[in-house]
Amino acid sequence: MKIITSFLLFFSLLPLAMADKKPKPLEVGFVYVSPTGEAGWTHTHDLGRQHIEKVFGNTIKTRYVESVKEGADAERVIMQMAKGGADLIFSTSFGFMNPTLKVAKRFPKVTFMHATGYKRAKNVSTYFDRIYEARYLSGVIAGHMSKSGISGYVAAFPIPEVIRGINAYTLGFRSVNPKGKIKVVWMNSWFDPAKEREAAESLIRQGADVIAQHTDSPGPVQGAEAAGVYAIGYHSDMSVYGKKAHLTSPVHNWNGFYEDTVNQVLKGTWKSTDTWEGYSANMTTLAPFNPAIPQSVINQVKQLEAQIKAKTLHPFTGPITSNKGKILAKKGQVIPDEELRKMQVYVEGVEGELPN
Amino acid sequence: MDLDFFSAILSATIRTGTPLLLVALGEMLVEKSGVLNLGQEGMLLIGAVAGFIAASQSDSLVLGFMAAIAGGIGMAFIFAIVTLFLNANQIATGLALTIFGVGLSAFLGADYEGKTIAGLTKTPIPLLSDIPFIGALFFDHDVIVYVSWTLFIGMWLLFKKSTLGLNIRAVGENPDAANAIGINVIPLRFALVLVGGALAGLAGGYLSLVYTPLWTEDMSAGRGWIALAIVVFASWKATRVLLGAYLFGFASILHLAAQGMGVNLSANLLAMLPYVATIVVLVILSRNKLKLQLSEPLALAKPWRKE
Repeated sequence: MKIITSFLLFFSLLPLAMADKKPKPLEVGFVYVSPTGEAGWTHTHDLGRQHIEKVFGNTIKTRYVESVKEGADAERVIMQMAKGGADLIFSTSFGFMNPTLKVAKRFPKVTFMHATGYKRAKNVSTYFDRIYEARYLSGVIAGHMSKSGISGYVAAFPIPEVIRGINAYTLGFRSVNPKGKIKVVWMNSWFDPAKEREAAESLIRQGADVIAQHTDSPGPVQGAEAAGVYAIGYHSDMSVYGKKAHLTSPVHNWNGFYEDTVNQVLKGTWKSTDTWEGYSANMTTLAPFNPAIPQSVINQVKQLEAQIKAKTLHPFTGPITSNKGKILAKKGQVIPDEELRKMQVYVEGVEGELPN
Repeated sequence: MDLDFFSAILSATIRTGTPLLLVALGEMLVEKSGVLNLGQEGMLLIGAVAGFIAASQSDSLVLGFMAAIAGGIGMAFIFAIVTLFLNANQIATGLALTIFGVGLSAFLGADYEGKTIAGLTKTPIPLLSDIPFIGALFFDHDVIVYVSWTLFIGMWLLFKKSTLGLNIRAVGENPDAANAIGINVIPLRFALVLVGGALAGLAGGYLSLVYTPLWTEDMSAGRGWIALAIVVFASWKATRVLLGAYLFGFASILHLAAQGMGVNLSANLLAMLPYVATIVVLVILSRNKLKLQLSEPLALAKPWRKE
């Protein structure tokens, strides 16, 4: 009997003793909407995950689930992650917003970070980058490289985020190519390589010689490469899809932000907040430049980049008029964040009308 | 709008319509024999991923296309075994095949996600491609487009002129009667299902090796389903399948071109155009109720066993 009791005692205390020796690593989970792949939105988040793994070594443990469908599936995956002992969860798609909040309510001790959303809670923060800053700069490059003065823009859905990008690109383009015209084609989908490529080719037939995009597939870059014109990618470096065509891409960089977040959670200083930062916080940048871009253009872009970084230049600084002639910002005035967040108007230089 | 622009739009139409045409021709053949295979989307994706993996491993597009076709046949083989020999419900099996194909292709292609290769380029036909307008339209395409036309002509001849075509129709209308006059119903259906799989696989290869030379999950974006709809609205006629596929392609291109030209119409309405135009035209063509009833294979989707 005594032996059994001591055995039981030994085994019941064993975990305690072991826990004492080695602190449990912080478990960080990532929920992705698409495969990690070679390029694209999810790829940039996975680079961030790899970055914090490298920085924190054994003090954290990461895992991820890719290709999670938005909606009920997402809730199940996030729930399993929280149940499985994750301390910090990044859910990286707009459609994960409500599932994230629902799970967060049930797991108040777990920290949640939701990208691109607007709903927060005590243990849920939101974050996004000011990709429009990089779009503005890519517009400057495109404006210099375009001979016809016409650029095509393959766009996903007419929501403020996308419209803001079109406008920033247009402002950049026309800052160096004042008569420039931007033709927009809406896809009504985030991802359809074949359709996006056809859209790019259709724009090229209408005189566009630089194709920019706010969709997720490399279709537009491939279309530009085949037609021998230039392209601006999106999300991550897309040069593999068009060596000659690809000028640069506006790129998300989550590395530093993810590192900071993990640090805050480890130290216990994390607080629910909304982060919307760009160049100044090193969350937004441009992919490596095409060698075809002249040095003078690169110099100019580097200079503008430094100004944006120092916050002395804001892409949405007036005078800005809409393409219907309405004044959006007077000279020297900056369009405030609240208006940028709900932008539903084209600036001058964008052709056509916004679909409602 | 000048002539070059117009011929460029039509030539883009042909490219957009080609994967639809291939899938729809294959499925029409299968349905003519009384079998309904709703697994087109799955076979398309397996074809796309198999073709891409083979081509990027071997650096040979020919091997890529062979693998794409083999992938499609492999999927069709599963369908044929389950529905023809085990007499399972064809609709449920077809749906399962699609779900299976979507998942399996994502799994197989995980290491190739987002990768790209040098795709198949155009093969202009010498002399003929120099004819103005017509040359750019008909003789300046990639090989698969020519293949799709050959298949179309073959399919048309098959049902217009050949005994085999008659046999297939007999099997699709009344397998008992066909069996009574000595047609081997099950082997014939089996072979046709495999041919249908081969065509869907080829269409998948067209997507991942020609149209947009890359592999990503779900890259077919619903084209298998559209092809299925085209077969029905085309009332099982090869010429109308061709018309439907190209009409859908034309309207998709037109809606992109119209947006770029600043046509003042909601992008959402324009995006509906391909679907609406294809359905309206094909429904008008087949508005004769009696003819429609006659053209639908009577034994479609009904399991059959030799007594």
